[in-house]
Amino acid sequence: MANVLNKVKGWFVNGFWKTFCVAWIWTLLCKKWIWQDFCVNLLYKKFDKWKAWLYLAPAIVLLLIFTVWPIFNTLRMAFWNKYNMLQEIGGTLKFNFGVQNFVDVINYQRFIDCLKTTMILCVATVPISTFLALVIAVCLNAIKPFRRFLQTIFFLPYVTNSIAIGMVFEAMFNIVGYKAIMNPDGTFSHVSVGIINNIIGIFGFEPINWINQGSGYWQNIAVLIIYIVWNALPFKILILLGGLQSVNKQYYEAAKVDATPRWRVFTRITVPLLSPMITYVVITGFIGGFKEYSSIVGIFGEDMQAVGGKSLNTMVGYIYDSLARNQQGRASAAALILFGIIFVVTLINLYVSKKNTHY
Amino acid sequence: MKVELQNLTKIFPSRNKKSNEEVVAVSDFTFTIPDGKLVGLLGPSGCGKSTTLYMISGLQNPTSGKIFFGDEDVTELSPENRGIGLVFQNYALYPHMTVKQNILFPLQNLKGADKMTKEQMLERAYQAAKLVQIDELMDRKPSELSGGQQQRVAIARALVKMPRVLLLDEPLSNLDARLRLQTREEIRRIQKETGITTIFVTHDQEEAMSISDVIVVMKLGVVQQTGKPQEIYDNPINLFVAKFLGTPPINVFAGAVRAGALYIGDDKVLDVPGVDDREVYVGIRPEGFIPAADGALVCKLSNVEVMGRDVSIVSYNDSMLTPTVRSIVDADYKIDITAENVRFNLKPHKVFLFDKETEKRIYFGDQKAPAAAEEN
Repeated sequence: MANVLNKVKGWFVNGFWKTFCVAWIWTLLCKKWIWQDFCVNLLYKKFDKWKAWLYLAPAIVLLLIFTVWPIFNTLRMAFWNKYNMLQEIGGTLKFNFGVQNFVDVINYQRFIDCLKTTMILCVATVPISTFLALVIAVCLNAIKPFRRFLQTIFFLPYVTNSIAIGMVFEAMFNIVGYKAIMNPDGTFSHVSVGIINNIIGIFGFEPINWINQGSGYWQNIAVLIIYIVWNALPFKILILLGGLQSVNKQYYEAAKVDATPRWRVFTRITVPLLSPMITYVVITGFIGGFKEYSSIVGIFGEDMQAVGGKSLNTMVGYIYDSLARNQQGRASAAALILFGIIFVVTLINLYVSKKNTHY
Repeated sequence: MKVELQNLTKIFPSRNKKSNEEVVAVSDFTFTIPDGKLVGLLGPSGCGKSTTLYMISGLQNPTSGKIFFGDEDVTELSPENRGIGLVFQNYALYPHMTVKQNILFPLQNLKGADKMTKEQMLERAYQAAKLVQIDELMDRKPSELSGGQQQRVAIARALVKMPRVLLLDEPLSNLDARLRLQTREEIRRIQKETGITTIFVTHDQEEAMSISDVIVVMKLGVVQQTGKPQEIYDNPINLFVAKFLGTPPINVFAGAVRAGALYIGDDKVLDVPGVDDREVYVGIRPEGFIPAADGALVCKLSNVEVMGRDVSIVSYNDSMLTPTVRSIVDADYKIDITAENVRFNLKPHKVFLFDKETEKRIYFGDQKAPAAAEEN
């Protein structure tokens, strides 16, 4: 018996290519003549049903591992009171099922502050950036020379690292004057900083402490709003410009023949025809806004606040913090609350846009 | 409103700087469109007819030449100041507005002294809708209408501000065959009822012939012939016009004039007094054949299509330049379908001779060159 096995093994190892060739020719023969009408067709027909699943398999497996399982896990952790992963790995404690995590999160002042900051940023940035993007897209669509060049320019922020942009903004919004920087040899050199305050100074206004030590919450928020709007523009411009370019030019010619004023063309023709794109941009804008995090880190650093100022932490920031403090239950609960808010806001968006999108 | 075009020329610059190929879309178009008439601009695609229409509308500016509405020079006026109604080929109805909103839209743009109250606007809109018979559909969206209904909405929208001139760009090309017949009569009726000078563009000669008061035949930016449909059909000025008008199309033969007689192949088919000896193209309308046992023109019989009222004889001749020789004769003529040959005599006024070089018409006998179009 062992002898036979060895022989088969050797056959496979040494003469694998021969086996392969024979098998291949056999398959061809099967297909070509003998089984064609019966066996292969039957197999193939059955296979057709599973073909789709086969092709989808890689994506499904990855989604199951990296999306579905974490979602399930989040649910599990959120509804176990005072869940803590280290304790679970230790295997000693059993957690009670309940809503304690949610109660904790909502009663926690820090979370409420985070929620407030997130809301303010969202409500302020989405309308501003959408409107600006619409105006810029219409303008870009109207000009002929340098259009490609300007499109590229306007798209640059999208491909730039948001932390890097944040640092540039930090430099721009510094207080006016001189900042002392210590050289390696212990001496100090002074650099002029704060282009925004310099510009304000040109118009004769007092410099504003935007982001430095002792700056106020609303100044910080103002900087963040400018930053987020600027950062969100390119994607929205791209989508809206694409929409504009697909609008039939004859609508505009018809409007022109009918002596339609420009503003009316914009409000009565351009905006309604773009409404599907606008809806998309607003919904993704709100979702992105609720997930705002890296911009604050980019400007204010990991502390997420001006030195000595009020915390500018957001919902996502709160979730990260909770994870860092090994409070997975609380983080999960906060994540679910965030999900709920985004869900409701998106539903409202869809409802409103359905009322205004007519075709 | 009389529309006068003077030496209208449109040249599109070359696409890139390397090639200097300018495209002359319309060349030296001079024509007066009489007041209250329905005029068809007819020609194959790329002949500049749409460009002409857009120049009249003001959406495109002529390279040179002038456009007058009545006595007013509108060449430099922008489209909104010309008082025109334009119906686009694909109608360009605003998809997000109802029919009513679409029709009201031009009225809501009116400013100053023309400004209307809401009631006046609604009244006008319903008037226009009633004219094109869509007043039942006022609250629908364009996507809920058929092609023909959309067409009517587009016409209503163009008419509602009472334009001086109504322009229609290929008004029937997006409709199916049955609707096309219906709609072209509709356009005729609307034009008659409103009395607005109407110019429409088409590549379908049947369409142009059936409803126009005046036809302008164009080719490669140059006006070939203008006149009443029947006149152009009966008296084409060159081979292109003769070929372009008429279904079934005209039969063309290579022929020669020798000693005042016209020869097709070796057959002496017709006396053509007053024409020098020369090689010619011979155009014969399908209805220009008379079957006769001793007919002058001998053709190989292919088949006979019976259409009830009359009979269509398809045959072949060695000198023909069209794929077949198609003649339409009265059903009273009994054609022997088993015979190898069929012989025809020709009706002189249905036979047109064209110069072989210039393809211009050669008149013989009592044929006369058409009078200038202005006299319509």
